Amino acid sequence: MSKVIVAPVGEFPPGERKLVEADGKRIVVFNLDGEYFALLDRCPHQGGSLCAGAISGHVESSSPGEYHYSRRGEMVRCPWHYWEFDIRTGKSWFDPKRVQVRQFKAAVEPGAALVEGPYQAETFPVRVEDHYVVVEA
Amino acid sequence: MFREYRPIDCDVHPMVPNMRALTPYMDAFWRDQVVERNITNLDSQSWPIRSPKTIRADWRGPNGRGAETVEQLQTQLLDRLGTEIAILNPLYGIQLVLNQDMAVAFARALNDWTRAEWLDRDQRLRASIVLPLQSIEASVAEIERLAPDRRFVQVLALVMGEDPLGKRQYWPVYEACVRHGLAFGIHAGSAYRHPQTSVGWTSWYLEEYAANQQGFQSQLASLMTEGALVKHSDLKVVLLESGVTWLPGFLWRLQKTWKGVRFEIPWVDRPPAEIIRDQVRLTVQPLDAPEEAVPRALGHLRSEEMLLWASDWPHWQYDGDAAVPPGIPDGLLPKLMRANALATYSRLSPPMAESQGRVA
Repeated sequence: MSKVIVAPVGEFPPGERKLVEADGKRIVVFNLDGEYFALLDRCPHQGGSLCAGAISGHVESSSPGEYHYSRRGEMVRCPWHYWEFDIRTGKSWFDPKRVQVRQFKAAVEPGAALVEGPYQAETFPVRVEDHYVVVEA
Repeated sequence: MFREYRPIDCDVHPMVPNMRALTPYMDAFWRDQVVERNITNLDSQSWPIRSPKTIRADWRGPNGRGAETVEQLQTQLLDRLGTEIAILNPLYGIQLVLNQDMAVAFARALNDWTRAEWLDRDQRLRASIVLPLQSIEASVAEIERLAPDRRFVQVLALVMGEDPLGKRQYWPVYEACVRHGLAFGIHAGSAYRHPQTSVGWTSWYLEEYAANQQGFQSQLASLMTEGALVKHSDLKVVLLESGVTWLPGFLWRLQKTWKGVRFEIPWVDRPPAEIIRDQVRLTVQPLDAPEEAVPRALGHLRSEEMLLWASDWPHWQYDGDAAVPPGIPDGLLPKLMRANALATYSRLSPPMAESQGRVA
C-alpha cells in the first residue's frame, strides 16, 4: 500500500477533482463539499476515464413524469457510454452489486504528520502548517 | 396430436365476409349509411385476401375467402388439434377508418358480430375487444360495455396506429384493462396513419409484412420508456403475429443503452429487459427461426414464460397440422401450449363453465 498526497486542501476546492497516480494506478479524487472520495479512474465497463466524465446529480421517480432530483454533483458519468456511478461509493446505479468502481480511502492530514512520515509529495513541498488531501492506494 | 396439453390457441382470426355481415349489428343510421355509401368491404391491405399468406390455400372457400364461419374453424383447426380454448382476434379494417364516429360504430358492430356469430356458437372460443383507437374515450367506453362478458379476455390494437402506444394519452385504456383483467393485445398490421417503416412507404407486400417487426420494437420501447408498463405493473401486453427471434437482440440494445441514459426515464427503476420479461408475451406463429436454431434462439430469450402458442389461423404459417413451430423443445410444450396462456389471461380462469357471463 502506498500513500500519495493529492493536493493542499486550499488548492482543491469543492466540486473539483484531481487525478493522481499511486502504486501504478490512476486514481481520481473528488471534493464533495469538503468530503473527499477517491475512485479508480477506470470505468469497469471498458476502461473510460472517470476523471473526464460529466458530473451530475441523482434523479429518481415514483411515477412517470415525476423527477426527484437530488445529490447534485455526487454522480459521475463515464465519458464513453455514460454509465453513472455514485462518487461516494463507486457503485453504479443500475447494478450496484456487480458493477462498481474500486474505491480508495481519501483523507485530510496535517502537513506535520506527512513531513515526519515516510511519505512525500513528489511535485510540491509539504508545509508543516498546511493540511493535505491524501489517498491510500 | 397436441391434445394432451389441452392447448390454448392465442391467435385466431375470424374474417368478416363483407360489410353486410356487420350491418345487423349497427343502429339504423349506420346500417343505412353502409348501404347508401356503398361501403362494401373493409379488408385491410395489411392482409390482402389474395396474398397466399393471408389464407392458407386448403382453408379457402370457393370464393377465395376463408375463416368466415365457426364450422370452418372447427373442422380446419379446433377439432383437428384438440384445441381447448381459442382466442379470436378479428382483423377487419375498422382501425383504418378516418371518421371517428364511423370507426366507433363499426368497432361496436364488429365486436357484437364476433360475440353473436362466433362466441355464442362454440364454447371453446374467447375473443379480443377490437378498440376504435381513433378515440381513446370511445375505446374505454367499448371496454366498459363488453367487459361484463368474460369471454372477452383481451383488447386489440394494431402495431402501427396513430401514436406510440406508451404515450400517456393511452393510459386510460391500460387502466381499464387492469380494472377488468384484460390483456392488451397488439397485432401486426397498420392503420396507415404513417408509412409502415420509419424510413418511408414500402413498395411491396413482402417489405411491409417484414416491417411489422420494426413496429413491434418501437411499440415495446414506447411502452417501456414512457412508463406505461411500470405504471400498470399488472398489465399484460401480448404481441400477436410479431415474430419472436428479433426480441433478444433488441432487448440487448435497449438495456445496454438504458444503462447510460437511464436518467431520462427515472421511473424505469430496474433493467428494461426484466420489465418486458415480466409483462410482455409473444405468440409463436411466426417464430422466425429455422428448426435447428430454435433452441439457441429461445435460450437468448431467457424466459420460459413469455411465449404463447398460436396457430394464426387462417394465415398460412404452417402446413397440415404442424401447428407448433419445429424445433421447440418438448419440455417447453406444457407452458407454451397452456400454462403461459392461463398466466397471461386472467379471464381464462376459472374454467369455462363459470365464465359464461353475458352482457345485458
